[in-house]
Amino acid sequence: MPQRDSLSYTFGVAAVLCIACSLAVSAAAVALRPAQEQNKLLDRQRNILDAAGLALGEKGYLAGSLSKEEVAKLYGRVEERLVNLETGEYETGLDIEKYDPRDAAKKNETSTEIEDPKYDIGIDRREKVARIYLIRDPKTKKISQVVLPVYGKGLWSTLYGYLAVKKDLQTVQGLTFYEHAETPGLGGEVDNPQWKAQWVGLKLYDDDGNPAAAVAKGPAPDGSDHMVDGLSGATITSRGVSNLIGYWTGPNGYGEYLKVLSEDMKTQSTQSKGGSNGNAAG
Amino acid sequence: MATPQVKDVLLGPLVDNNPIALQILGICSALAVTTSLKTSLVMALAVTAVTACSNASVSAIRQYIPSSIRIIVQMVVIASLVIVVDQLLKAYLFDISKQLSVFVGLIITNCIVMGRAEGFAMKNGVGISFLDGIGNGLGYSLVLIVVAFFRELFGNGSLFGYTILTLDRNGGWYNPNGLMLLPPSAFFIIGFFIWAIRSFKPNQIEEA
Repeated sequence: MPQRDSLSYTFGVAAVLCIACSLAVSAAAVALRPAQEQNKLLDRQRNILDAAGLALGEKGYLAGSLSKEEVAKLYGRVEERLVNLETGEYETGLDIEKYDPRDAAKKNETSTEIEDPKYDIGIDRREKVARIYLIRDPKTKKISQVVLPVYGKGLWSTLYGYLAVKKDLQTVQGLTFYEHAETPGLGGEVDNPQWKAQWVGLKLYDDDGNPAAAVAKGPAPDGSDHMVDGLSGATITSRGVSNLIGYWTGPNGYGEYLKVLSEDMKTQSTQSKGGSNGNAAG
Repeated sequence: MATPQVKDVLLGPLVDNNPIALQILGICSALAVTTSLKTSLVMALAVTAVTACSNASVSAIRQYIPSSIRIIVQMVVIASLVIVVDQLLKAYLFDISKQLSVFVGLIITNCIVMGRAEGFAMKNGVGISFLDGIGNGLGYSLVLIVVAFFRELFGNGSLFGYTILTLDRNGGWYNPNGLMLLPPSAFFIIGFFIWAIRSFKPNQIEEA
């Protein structure tokens, strides 16, 4: 054995150690990737089912306690589509399986600058093409809701969530956040089921068609169709949620797409019912 | 130095030589992850596993480590183990790994792991080093669980996510203490914990 502190010996040990450790780390990463990918997918599907209220409506409990098979079965009603946010038209040129909106938001050519004087979501760029989810009625096969991914900055973190809208494209079916790092118990209460339940039935737009749904500062005004209670001790998170809802439901977010979709829905209902545009009361 | 005994090595760090209460190591993560019992428990297991395995590996190669780069060697071993643990959590405990987020990665900088590798594993055999890692991990776990118990109970009215005190915002009577959910409260609880231990074990009191 050469001298323990000689230069060549030191380098030798360092090299061997690096190779051994990198092998261990890459082996773990490669071996576990399929399970991790599956978890991510399952997590996304569960959150969409929760936002749409499907798990609670059908099974009586949240998707977190559903088995993989039950999730897959319920998720059969969901149709994933890509939407060009600028034109509002469906985008068919991309591979929906491989498309990653968050990745797209990072690249210059697939994203666009966010400029919205009214609603500051604290993020500079968003993707040009979004992935949305259409929920169809199992019997009639007609679109019963649409689930839109939304995101924006809270206090500490970016909140990522899903906003489910009923078929009148006015009324909220549900809102869930699946990823955030707000303070537990304060801003983290965006996950509180009681608070989330207040969103159900809220009207997204005022009489002039402008985005109006928001989080109030303090308790929501009585009889308000547009406000939910503010989260106590979480002013900035509450404001963040208001802004992200305003931005994504506004003309710079899903505004164009919702126009296109409402035209589609009209033709869909004239075909079957003759005239009624399905403006169900919330 | 006398040969360390299994019992001392395994149980000593619980109270007599607790890494957080006496050695004051690993405070940072103890403040961050203790808002709920579930995350604390997983964090405690992760730290225990990493400390035990890193102690064993460092001890196994201690004869070959050149002293000039020994800290770096320990870091590399620890960092690799932490990444493996992180990957395992992501694969099998996805929800909890989402809550623990960055703190699993920060086990690398947890002074307990490093402190035991340098202070114990470099001088002792593989088996006893492994047990020392388990012991210190358990000492850390004990503090984490105690802190998390109080923080979750008084901050959120629940234990392991099950409601114990119904919160007023959910229609109950208990008005939660928001401070409990913020990191400084862990400082107070750890302070009380150290006070309690030192009242029973006066020999831990340092000379002023």
